[in-house]
Amino acid sequence: MSDREIIAGFHSPTSVRRAETTPSFIDLAMKLVSEFFEWFGSLSIFCWKVLCAAVTPPYEWRELIRQLDEVGSKSFPLIALAGAAIGVVISMEARYSLTRFGAKSMFPATLVYSVIQVMGPIMTGLIVSGRVGAGMGAELASMKVSEQIDAIEASAINPYRLLAATRILACILMLPLLTLAADASGLLTGWFAQTLVEPLSFHQFIESGFHGATFSAFLPQTFKTAVYGLIIGTIACFQGMRTRGGAEGVGRAATNSVVIASLFVILADVVLVKFILVVFP
Amino acid sequence: MAATFDIAMQQTKLEQDGRAPVVVVEDVHKTFGIHKVLDGINLSVKRGETMAVLGRSGTGKSVLLHLIIGLDTPDSGSICIGGRNIAGLPLDRMGEIRKKMGFLFQHAALYDSLTVAGNVEFPLAHHRKEMSKSERRDRVKQLLAEVGMEGSSEKMPSDISGGMQKRVGLARALALEPEILLLDEPTAGLDPISSSEIDDLILKLQHERQMASIVVTHDLHSAKTIANRLALLDKGNVVIEGTFEDLQESDIEFVREFLKQS
Repeated sequence: MSDREIIAGFHSPTSVRRAETTPSFIDLAMKLVSEFFEWFGSLSIFCWKVLCAAVTPPYEWRELIRQLDEVGSKSFPLIALAGAAIGVVISMEARYSLTRFGAKSMFPATLVYSVIQVMGPIMTGLIVSGRVGAGMGAELASMKVSEQIDAIEASAINPYRLLAATRILACILMLPLLTLAADASGLLTGWFAQTLVEPLSFHQFIESGFHGATFSAFLPQTFKTAVYGLIIGTIACFQGMRTRGGAEGVGRAATNSVVIASLFVILADVVLVKFILVVFP
Repeated sequence: MAATFDIAMQQTKLEQDGRAPVVVVEDVHKTFGIHKVLDGINLSVKRGETMAVLGRSGTGKSVLLHLIIGLDTPDSGSICIGGRNIAGLPLDRMGEIRKKMGFLFQHAALYDSLTVAGNVEFPLAHHRKEMSKSERRDRVKQLLAEVGMEGSSEKMPSDISGGMQKRVGLARALALEPEILLLDEPTAGLDPISSSEIDDLILKLQHERQMASIVVTHDLHSAKTIANRLALLDKGNVVIEGTFEDLQESDIEFVREFLKQS
């Protein structure tokens, strides 16, 4: 079986024959387990091909810039808006809770830490996996079913370099920047919401919020989103480029890209938070 | 070492004379799942020669083209392009061989986000870096004029008909001046006039460029018009190979039935 068939998840003769008979529970469980490992195997081969293509010339700078715009500039309004909403919600919730416990003076620090350390990164990851993951998955899937990816390959151009490596790299580079945008937007609206209730100068808010904070408290949390970018880009490109089966396949690829990428982003968050707490105590 | 060098020299000399086959398919097998598509197929095409591959749907004609351009790999057997076996070549090294080949897909497979001119320019932009932008534009104009599409360069693929898409696909396939041209159903789904125009265009290009061409088609009339040799496929293998007259004179039941129904 060729690598292309492996990546496309081509069914082996055994699995086809198995499907023809009435499956028992054990058969179904075995099939599920084997499909799970097949999926990971295909993903590994795909990642290896993309890595080999990405580190060897010629580099697709123009396509990379186009993808940076697609992932970054075009996601910016949505991310800024979502960040703004999160800022307002945290501001209202934090003020209420802190007032109850007589810790109102902790408000700026609570808002800053909540937005930058927790909500900003994960929210950006999930929104980008929805917007960009679905878009990339559907675009590449549509190119796959209409043989455009084969046409690229037939034109002696490596599709893993042109289509996958550029998109994945754009996601890796743009996620931390979008996270900073979400953080800034959340802090601004959080402060604004607070000022409407109880006037507080922005200078005072920032000074109090970041008092005693070190770079290591915020930078790892922001740059961990590069890993989310890697996950979103890889899953979306992988799902898109292995699509089969016309319009239905395109829809399935878009849905799977979002669902799998979001799930992996959440799982990665758990691992990365623990890792950051250990490395940057 | 000396013997290998002699063989290579002999191959190059034969290629220059146009006597050596540039595409050689030897004992190729391909199976998808439990379905055996190609069962030990053998074919060879020389420079300046056009071979039409005919057969019923699902007999592996398109698969054969995909194997020749390396979009798929055979289970066993060898495919040699210009004397070099392409089986198992990594993507980038295969790319060097693909630069000498042009491929027209069954549904043209134009890039839907690019204009007609953008589609033709695409391979040039990637492989002819030495060309300036204006040189590239002139070349695209020339290619589009060759296929009769000079007036549609700024249109999107979705705004042109199927026949026009095939013409643009052909212009894109010719962009890198290939030595080998692979055409997958060039006239499928077209009206008789458009089919005849595409046939004339292929004949004209063949006459001008002397490429080795393999045309997969259902259209016997088109095959008869454009090909020097025809190969009829059944059950994953070549039933008969020869001129149209050879097929007509054959007493093989399947060949007679195929000609009668076409």
